[in-house]
Amino acid sequence: MFSPSHFASVLLFALFASVVFGITQRETPNRMFRYGAYCFILFVGSAIVLSWVMYAIAR
Amino acid sequence: MAATEDKNIAAGQSSDQGFVYLPLIAGWLVPGAGHFLLRKWGRGALLAGSILSMFAMGLAMQGKLYANAHDILDMLGFAGDLGSGLLYVVGRAMGLGAENVQLTTADYGTRFIVVAGLLNIIAAVDAHNLRTGRKA
Repeated sequence: MFSPSHFASVLLFALFASVVFGITQRETPNRMFRYGAYCFILFVGSAIVLSWVMYAIAR
Repeated sequence: MAATEDKNIAAGQSSDQGFVYLPLIAGWLVPGAGHFLLRKWGRGALLAGSILSMFAMGLAMQGKLYANAHDILDMLGFAGDLGSGLLYVVGRAMGLGAENVQLTTADYGTRFIVVAGLLNIIAAVDAHNLRTGRKA
């Protein structure tokens, strides 16, 4: 059974979703790569920020 | 003349380039196939790799393949799973996926499978847009 950590799951999810978003939402390879990277950073960054917010709320 | 062209468009047919909806249907049934049909090899390979990996990892995490819907959330999950096309059919036929989600990892896996289906629908629509010329 494959059992990644929560953060590893976030990274995998962000990677695959960003690849599809980049390819489907932009037209040129350069813009695809940039948009995919932008989505990846937003996915991972928002997960980290929300995690700290929940940590702060729980304390 | 114009009436004939309108009929062809209405029927989803283009006299010189074949069935307009073929990339959409192929892309839904097999991830990346719509782009392969349009000779977009790189894009198709990346889409297929991403969607297949996500679906396979979801199954490896003991994620659930929705078979029947008892409530609205199950119906939404089932609709997302159907987006995977033949992957879902093969997975169900082979009895893959957990019956009940008992671990946190399995819950992640269930989401991976659903999102793989939704991403596959986006990819299939993209192939259709390429085919119709709406996207370069």
